[in-house]
Amino acid sequence: MASWGEASQSRLIGKRIARLSGKDKVTGKAKYTFDINRPEMLYGRILRSEVAHANVTDLDLTRAEALPGVKAVIPLIEVGRKLRYQGQEIAAVAAETDDIAKDALRLIYVELEELPFVVTEADAIAEGAPQIRDDWKGNQSNPGINEDGDVDAAFSEAAVTVEATYHTPVQTHVCLETHGHVVEWTDEQNLTVWASTQAVFGVRNDLARRFELPANQVRVITEHMGGGFGSKFNAGVEGLAAVRLSRMTERPIKLMLTRKAEHLVAGNRPSMTQHVKAGATRDGRLIAYDMRGYGTGGISSGAGFNAPYVYHVPNRRTERFNVAVNAGNQRAMRAPGHPQGAFAMDSLMDELAEKLGMNPLEFRRINDSSEVRQAQYTLGAQEIGWHRRNNVPGSGTGVKKRGMGVGSGLWGGGGGRGTQARVTINADGTVEAVTGTQDIGTGIRTVIAIIVAEELGLAPTDISVKVGDSGPGLPSGGSGGSQTTASVAPVIKTAAAAAKQKLFEHVAPLLQAPVDDLRIGTGKIYVASDRTKTVTWKQATGQLGQESISEGGNWDEELRQGGVAGTQFAEVEVDTQTGHVKVLKIVAVQDCGLAINRLTTESQINGGVIMGLGQALLEERIMDPQTGRMLNANLEDYKVPGTFEIPEIKSIVFDTHRKVTGVGEPPCIPTLGAIANAVHNAIGVRIRELPITPDKVLTALAEKKA
Amino acid sequence: MDKFSYVNATSLKQVTSLLSDSGWGEVMMIAGGTDLLSELKEYIETPKTLINLKTLPGMDSITADATGLKIGALATVTDIAMHPTIQHHYTVLAQAAASVATPQIRNVGTLGGNLCQRPRCWYYRDETVNCLKKGGDICYAIDGLSKYHAIFGGDPVYIVHPSDIAPALIALNASLKIAGPEGEKTLKVEEFFTLPAANPFRENVLEPNEIVVEVQVPQPKPNTKSFYLKAREKGAPDFALASVAGVFEMMGKTCQVANVVLGGVAPAPWRSAEAETALTGKMINEAVSMNAGAEAVKDAEPMNDNAYKVTLAQNLISRTAMMAVS
Repeated sequence: MASWGEASQSRLIGKRIARLSGKDKVTGKAKYTFDINRPEMLYGRILRSEVAHANVTDLDLTRAEALPGVKAVIPLIEVGRKLRYQGQEIAAVAAETDDIAKDALRLIYVELEELPFVVTEADAIAEGAPQIRDDWKGNQSNPGINEDGDVDAAFSEAAVTVEATYHTPVQTHVCLETHGHVVEWTDEQNLTVWASTQAVFGVRNDLARRFELPANQVRVITEHMGGGFGSKFNAGVEGLAAVRLSRMTERPIKLMLTRKAEHLVAGNRPSMTQHVKAGATRDGRLIAYDMRGYGTGGISSGAGFNAPYVYHVPNRRTERFNVAVNAGNQRAMRAPGHPQGAFAMDSLMDELAEKLGMNPLEFRRINDSSEVRQAQYTLGAQEIGWHRRNNVPGSGTGVKKRGMGVGSGLWGGGGGRGTQARVTINADGTVEAVTGTQDIGTGIRTVIAIIVAEELGLAPTDISVKVGDSGPGLPSGGSGGSQTTASVAPVIKTAAAAAKQKLFEHVAPLLQAPVDDLRIGTGKIYVASDRTKTVTWKQATGQLGQESISEGGNWDEELRQGGVAGTQFAEVEVDTQTGHVKVLKIVAVQDCGLAINRLTTESQINGGVIMGLGQALLEERIMDPQTGRMLNANLEDYKVPGTFEIPEIKSIVFDTHRKVTGVGEPPCIPTLGAIANAVHNAIGVRIRELPITPDKVLTALAEKKA
Repeated sequence: MDKFSYVNATSLKQVTSLLSDSGWGEVMMIAGGTDLLSELKEYIETPKTLINLKTLPGMDSITADATGLKIGALATVTDIAMHPTIQHHYTVLAQAAASVATPQIRNVGTLGGNLCQRPRCWYYRDETVNCLKKGGDICYAIDGLSKYHAIFGGDPVYIVHPSDIAPALIALNASLKIAGPEGEKTLKVEEFFTLPAANPFRENVLEPNEIVVEVQVPQPKPNTKSFYLKAREKGAPDFALASVAGVFEMMGKTCQVANVVLGGVAPAPWRSAEAETALTGKMINEAVSMNAGAEAVKDAEPMNDNAYKVTLAQNLISRTAMMAVS
């Protein structure tokens, strides 16, 4: 049975190993799609709707086409069709320079008949709101209703109940590298695309299908990419436009989204509003839960969230629906549905605990069936110093008040079939590992190098890892669902093991030992039964002569496992005069199975915490009911965490088994509830609407005083 | 941005003469460009000519003597923030400069540009919104989203002045020198800024053919304590939700003279005579400082989304007063 072996026997796996591409990234040597420039390349730009809802009554591209330097202009919407949100594509331009392309956009004539719009959930569900989707009744989808147990009876048994409304706004992905492509037709039937994507083969197959090309004649390259978070699985309108423009002009095209477009159309995390009532027994058992909630995924649906979450409630009734607004569509975003659900649930748990007069951690322990999380509660509480927490919320003295809170999360991960990989050993001792996955930023290159190096007795830097290219024809899935490492690692490991076996066969005659008596040592191969018989790695590979060993790998269920639990503790300091919340420390205890590279695993936890902190304290898509526009489609008023916001983050990789699971998404989940609960513990006022900005804190404190 | 011609400035005379023939917006000046470039990119401004002021000789100097400071309009925000004399004797000014934006912006942004920067209002900054400030009919913040807008002096345009340095200079009784075709004139920084009731389209008294060339700051008395407090949502870069420049001449715990100027709450830096009166001649303690804050905001007129700024401004004033005795 395949296994990753004991921790004590791992030379590299589970250790902290610096990211192989780190130096290239900090020195600027690493090439992102934005950095790719091709000979004779043109620049693409997209004209987008500046209104939320309108009929297109006329579209004239001729003035743009006539601008010197413009090589092609294509419509992206037909006259007679509807524009249904700000940012929707109208036309695309290819020009000799980016500036000419920008100027050309302003020469496109668009005639619109503006229509009534709704851009907020409140406006969308208000009486008499204009209906913005023909296929829905009103602006709400059919509710999904679920019921388990006997909710009414449970409420009558409950000693305490809490009734509250929790809200999280739309959050955008804010990929530091915006979506986009550099596209080049090498001939009529061969297309090369540099894509900022989290699914190299997904984009390849997408483009091949849409342009009716054989899949093997589309090559997609993503050597480095600046963040995806779930928003970069497809070529998108911009990718398809770039390919069309390139075909028309017979020139390479670079078409990257602007920051504004990135906010408007490149996906977002849907909002959530929950009206929830819950009840618990005097001894702290959560027994009744009744939730009616909704969210908006923009003009599309998909605004789901998890409720209830993590903690077990035997009697529960939920009703949830989508609200359509005239705004850009949601896309998957780091743990879709979980952070917003966790914020509501963890806030609710604290409110119930307070009514029961119970420590919120004890209340969780009673209602959490996960043994892993039970252990994490103990560890996290020690790390944060839970005993220092205010027993009475808001009881701290002084202007700046401190508080602590806890939150929880769960996720799947575990990987799946569909990755092909090759490990090649050359006669000169060099080793290559190739697969069609991509590094979304989590460090899969380094993970692959570690696995191969461990198997072959080499150093990670000895392994040349090639990912992010469909050219070699070794497919792998998209980087989503925290699945990349768990999908890729087993295949790489079995490929490396197969290559090692082949090498043993070449070396056995030299060492005069049977193949199954050979072992890998550091930089050498030796005979297990007579350790004096060794060859160096170079001597061994020298036996290959003119040959190379090149072996594929297999999916192996035994090397991976799904399902993780996490918990986080936050300590905050709230300035009661300015309403500013400073997070002092986050303890993130994250179950993740086997961490191939402990350092980059910790980095993922850090990143998740920072993203959760942003959602808790800063981030919000602000839609203006008056103009139908997003008012903060920039990085000035759409605020993401910066250096000053980053607290001490204690990332604890909580090993529970030695199978690979993946941990990209779960660390962003518990942060919201932990921070919100810590704010309440600090000031004694609960803020049920994210982000917790100074205006909300000051308003809540003023209401408490009054 | 639209195309424009670019002229390197050689003298103030040449600059004012180039500016003279046009109204606002045809010929514009650029120094650090940290504000103007974003206005050009968003088509908020579409000048035909830009005059590069960075080629003007000697206008970036900072000189300090016993009478006071002279800071050229081309001195960078970093120059001001890091100047030892300013840090020591004009603390409020160094603190205000240090709170601006990011190191990169402070390194190129200039004093003149900081004082003359345009509002950050999200309606004003949106090309497609023809708001009152840009010649339209209404200020969209009135019925729109007004979290970052004015609680004082708004009518009829509810922007807030974004400068951190301006409140500090006013609190230090600074003056500024303006050059125009007719020569130079000097006025108080306080008199430089105007409210929208006087001119909804501009934030100061500068004429289209004038340029700020220098700021002069009298040296504070030795018994002066001064502070700049800036409340913001994000550590950096972020503009003030509200800020306060407090300059206090102290005799022990008694405040002999108080200068209190708010930022981020009005279309111009907002001097609070009420707070100054409430502090002057008083032993500063919790009650007195609280009262000064309350006095300062008693005539505030919050909008739909910014009542929090009333509390915030009040608390910042109290805090800065207490800092003078701690």
